[in-house]
Amino acid sequence: MSVGEPTGNGMAGARERWVRTGGIELCVAELGDVEQPTVVLVHGYPDSKEVWSEVAVRLAERFHVVLYDVRGHGRSTAPAPLRGGFTLEKLTDDFLAVVDAVSPDRPVHLVGHDWGSVQAWEFATVKRTEGKIASFTSMSGPSLDHFGHWIKTRMTRPTPRRVGQLLGQGAKSWYVYMLHTPVLPELAWRGPLGKRWPKILERVEKVPSGDYPTSSLPQDAAHGAWLYRDNVRARLRRPRADAYAHVPVQLITPTGDAFLSERLYDELELWAPQLVRHTLPAKHWVPRTRPDRLAAWITEFITANEDGVAAQDAVATGPYADRFGGQLVLVTGAASGIGRATAFAFAEAGARIVAVDRDAEGAARTADMSRLIGAPQAWAETVDVSDEQAMEKLAEKVAAEYGIVDVLVNNAGIGLSGSFFDTTSEDWKKVLDVNLWGVIHGCRIFGKQMADRGQGGHIVNTASAAAYQPSKALPAYSTTKAAVLMLSECLRAELAGQGIGVSAICPGFVNTNITSTARFAGVDETEEKRRQKKSARLYGLRNYPPEKVATAILRAVVKNQAVVPVTPEARGAHLMSRFTPRTLRAIARLEPPL
Amino acid sequence: MPTAVRTESDARLSGFREVQRLAYECAEAVAAQLKPGVTERETARMQREWLRERGVRDWFHLPFAWFGDRTAFVNFRIPLQFFPTNRRLEAGMPFILDMAPVYKGFTADIGYSGCLGLNPVHDRLLADLEAHRELILREVRERRPLREIYEDVDRLMVRQGYANRHRAYPFGVIAHKVDQVKERRWSPNVFGFGTQSLKGLASDALHGHRDGWSPLWSPYKFSDHPPRPGLWAVEPHLGFRGTGAKFEEILVVTDSKDPEQSAFWLDDDLPHVRRWAEEKAA
Repeated sequence: MSVGEPTGNGMAGARERWVRTGGIELCVAELGDVEQPTVVLVHGYPDSKEVWSEVAVRLAERFHVVLYDVRGHGRSTAPAPLRGGFTLEKLTDDFLAVVDAVSPDRPVHLVGHDWGSVQAWEFATVKRTEGKIASFTSMSGPSLDHFGHWIKTRMTRPTPRRVGQLLGQGAKSWYVYMLHTPVLPELAWRGPLGKRWPKILERVEKVPSGDYPTSSLPQDAAHGAWLYRDNVRARLRRPRADAYAHVPVQLITPTGDAFLSERLYDELELWAPQLVRHTLPAKHWVPRTRPDRLAAWITEFITANEDGVAAQDAVATGPYADRFGGQLVLVTGAASGIGRATAFAFAEAGARIVAVDRDAEGAARTADMSRLIGAPQAWAETVDVSDEQAMEKLAEKVAAEYGIVDVLVNNAGIGLSGSFFDTTSEDWKKVLDVNLWGVIHGCRIFGKQMADRGQGGHIVNTASAAAYQPSKALPAYSTTKAAVLMLSECLRAELAGQGIGVSAICPGFVNTNITSTARFAGVDETEEKRRQKKSARLYGLRNYPPEKVATAILRAVVKNQAVVPVTPEARGAHLMSRFTPRTLRAIARLEPPL
Repeated sequence: MPTAVRTESDARLSGFREVQRLAYECAEAVAAQLKPGVTERETARMQREWLRERGVRDWFHLPFAWFGDRTAFVNFRIPLQFFPTNRRLEAGMPFILDMAPVYKGFTADIGYSGCLGLNPVHDRLLADLEAHRELILREVRERRPLREIYEDVDRLMVRQGYANRHRAYPFGVIAHKVDQVKERRWSPNVFGFGTQSLKGLASDALHGHRDGWSPLWSPYKFSDHPPRPGLWAVEPHLGFRGTGAKFEEILVVTDSKDPEQSAFWLDDDLPHVRRWAEEKAA
């Protein structure tokens, strides 16, 4: 084995060199400062190292990033004959040769996607790489040995659920069977499939077009078929019994992966005791579609393992911590009630929180407590959501200092009760400004940033059960909330193609201070005070906690639900609005007991 | 004559002060012995035995111990869930010891919050309880209706970002009256409550019902009256996402015209008060 001199072309700013091993020449690219910890990125099938270009430039700011074309792919040469030239043992030889060339003294951090991850599992579980790897981040590529055991346990004790899992993954693996047929895959890739593949990726997998896939695709895909033929049958039939990871492993699972079931990783803790899990609402090609998030998680994991601090000691223990860890969540109306509870729930899941409210003290308190319960960072911002310019300014500041918002919760709202003719145009303006314009500004300004980034996200708008339950006591409030509900539905349709979900939450009677701050139109001040107190007491008796609404909001984001009625009465009214709207109209005529 | 009254009531108060101190000593002694793995039942037994050895024969209620998220009464539906369970203490877990011994005929009812090792959330809860102690005393001196004080405490909790967990107690009480009880040779318990004390509470409730007051300080209409002279065991209980903290101590309410004398905490030398003073000094 010998190492060639670095040359300077290929990926922007990359230093290229050639590593010879076992009669093969591997094309290796390096970015970033060599003094920093080394990250080795291994690509999948049918790809070349360029699949990592977006992630690599982001990681290069902090690390020494190394990418190489797997044998037979990109600009690396192919073994001859192809058959038997792609076994996991030989791929491990290649990896060790690259590591010896780029980081002979320090162990490297390994990141694999798709077949890169399948190989990397082999690297992370065999004896001869011990001491060469410091950590391993796996995405969309299970260990073939673990996969073999996964199938075996399901075959030997086939409960209905296990059979379902087997059939599900079996259907997702259709392409594996195809690749085992001789010659045909090669013909297809070198012919029409290779030509159409970029368009297919763009349309089906939502991979942004650009310099990827590279022109070597037909060749990569044809050679890469031997990855499957040389390994899959052999390993699945006789999986290694000792495939235990000797390094800390981080698993990133895209939830919309068309080729791999999430269930594959159910028992992974058995094989990788120090496992950190993350899930990502995305399709298979996450290095292309979600580079920011991947770079953040990889950086976090590497840093934790460089410093010797175990990553799973993080304080975030709440539900969905795998999904929201490290994400940026902005909540308006976060100084009290549902907004505050939502900020806390996201904080418990490890998200970074921006708590926005008119009430500076309350927002600061929310941010403060969020840090205590698991948010790695939390900030308070004092902004009136109805003030467009202030919102623009906030968005600029957030984007510049904290990053692009991953989850936006437009929750700020005020109450207004009183008959239609008692409601003055001033009252109307005030409630529309906050309840509707606040949401519009939020969606327009922050939603735009989200869409421009093109890496998904989620918008949650707090509507109300009053959005579909008419009432003669709440004409203005209900109107604003109905508008928010429809706005959310329309926006959901518009943003669906960009991986941004929109949910409308309809809480119902929740015990928050909205009652004590609500305006009661058409009555004098003492009567207003009395009604505020009375309604606060009634809501207190109902005693539905805002924490449950927060839980519903997190679930809505994870499941990408469109409309979420929360309390039983909100759910009942939602059902009735569909099937017996007349009953709702009758209820609307009732005088509220104030 | 006034001096004689004074001395008599002073002797009475020092009797209560003595038993309250004894109870807090017990709490601190037991808390110091808590180790990972000990259960709530064992902890309750430790408190019971410690106090029995020191002459306690009767109880307002038997000692309770809550660990982990049980300090915030998470998913409590029925009163039986207050009783100690086999939940084991772990590092970083908050705990609450709550006991109400009767000693020489005087009743105390105390609550002691602590945690095993470091828990920043719990520290914050304990620190934030100070504002509640001040608020309650101030508003009682202003002779505000108990129900309104309850609601003000509630509002302060919400502003602090916490949930009101004393709402989970029977009748949602933030406080209840305590009094002297007769020492009997046989003093049975019913569901953890001493029959002598229950008798006192029931007779107070009866008299109060006739005169428009209640020995229970609750959010309901029957507490819509100014503070009634007597001794009140006050127990604001904060909860925050699976962590709870409370203190419980006796507030003396008198019918004196002097605001300072109209209401005061029986004893200011208690663990939580000392802790706040130390934090301020630091």
